[in-house]
Amino acid sequence: MSADVVIIDSGGANLASLQFALGRLGARAVVSAEPATIAAAPRVLLPGVGSAGDAMHRLRAAGVDRVLPGLRQPLLGICLGMQLLFERSAEGDTAGLGILPGSVDRLVAAPGRPVPHMGWNTVEASCADPLLEGIQSGEHFYFVHSYAARPGAGTLATADYGGPVVAVAGRDNFRGVQFHPERSGVAGARLLANFLRLP
Amino acid sequence: MLARRIIPCLDVRDGQVVKGVRFRDHRVVGDILELARRYRDEGADELVFYDITASPEGRSVDRGWVSRVASVLDIPFCVAGGIRSVADAEAVLNAGAEKISVNSPALADPALIDRLSARFGAQCVVAGIDSETTPQGFRVYQFTGDPDRARDSGRATLDWVREVQDRGAGEVVLNCMSSDGVRRGYDLGHLAAVRDACQVPLVASGGAGEPAHFEQVFRVAGVDAALAASVFHGGTIAIPDLKRSLRAAGIEVRPWRSQS
Repeated sequence: MSADVVIIDSGGANLASLQFALGRLGARAVVSAEPATIAAAPRVLLPGVGSAGDAMHRLRAAGVDRVLPGLRQPLLGICLGMQLLFERSAEGDTAGLGILPGSVDRLVAAPGRPVPHMGWNTVEASCADPLLEGIQSGEHFYFVHSYAARPGAGTLATADYGGPVVAVAGRDNFRGVQFHPERSGVAGARLLANFLRLP
Repeated sequence: MLARRIIPCLDVRDGQVVKGVRFRDHRVVGDILELARRYRDEGADELVFYDITASPEGRSVDRGWVSRVASVLDIPFCVAGGIRSVADAEAVLNAGAEKISVNSPALADPALIDRLSARFGAQCVVAGIDSETTPQGFRVYQFTGDPDRARDSGRATLDWVREVQDRGAGEVVLNCMSSDGVRRGYDLGHLAAVRDACQVPLVASGGAGEPAHFEQVFRVAGVDAALAASVFHGGTIAIPDLKRSLRAAGIEVRPWRSQS
């Protein structure tokens, strides 16, 4: 009955690939939008597909937004879930959770640089972190996003797409990844395994 | 650096992977899960599953295999065929697909793209376009899964490419019909013309026969990804070899690595 991870149900589709990835690592995951369940979880994943405004609206409606900043257990935001950890997103001019400093801006398409930023990009570590243990700098991860955070305090790794964008960020027990570890092959599985081992 | 993607396409008919020549004479080439695992292990960057029977016969894809595929794949995959509504798309995405691709249903109801993009985000919505070179220029064809029903949709390809982006498609797969299945190379001029009109990722489809064709389509047409089927299914090109040759030619690819 007890889960290793609670995946926050922010209302978007496509939690299945994340659940399958955790299952392949032997982790038991449950999906919940209950503040009490999330607060009691050993580890918390904040996924996100859709728009920042819709996702924040759902988190507020469920009262989850008030629980997250006070959590002490490891939390990992994925893709939009990472973007929500910042103070603001330009997507619908949305206030985020404010757990990480900085804001999220729209990527601008240019010749040779389409938006969404979609595909396997190299990730360069900015500093050592247990989440990135055993993962070489320059490893490819699968990205798909149209908004991105620019590097600042709390940036742990970056990817280059018309300039550096935040690939991994964190402070204390909170971390976020812009790419999809559940769809990033062996390297992604290693990152999720590292998350499951964080103290 | 963002890597160029290599995408095996698995045409699905009645739950089996099939391949035809110029969209005709389909023959079974293998089991979906076996091929999914094989391409995952060989270093494919993404897979597309396309139910070629769905649109012509008015059927939807059998969703049962989608979650089985999702459970074994740790790379993204897209499902095409028979997706006519937000509910159809939601079922496929909830089963674990990364993206859904719409083709004929979007030609009949272009606002479908707007609804899908609003609900799931542009990153989930792929516009599949079958384009033919005609005396009137590049034209969008529809009902291409059935040679007896395939016909000009009444749209110019470049206009439709711009429209699907405006409506919220996050990627375009352009299948050049005259080069499909004949292995003489991608239609570089056709793809380059679409590239100029396309600000979202562009996937080339139709015509791959040898590794040099992939290098050409990345270098000359500037596409983000190259899709192929028969050369992979038949073993003419092994993906690890293809990636090594692209890398040697200076094309950025995700290195192949054995699964742990």
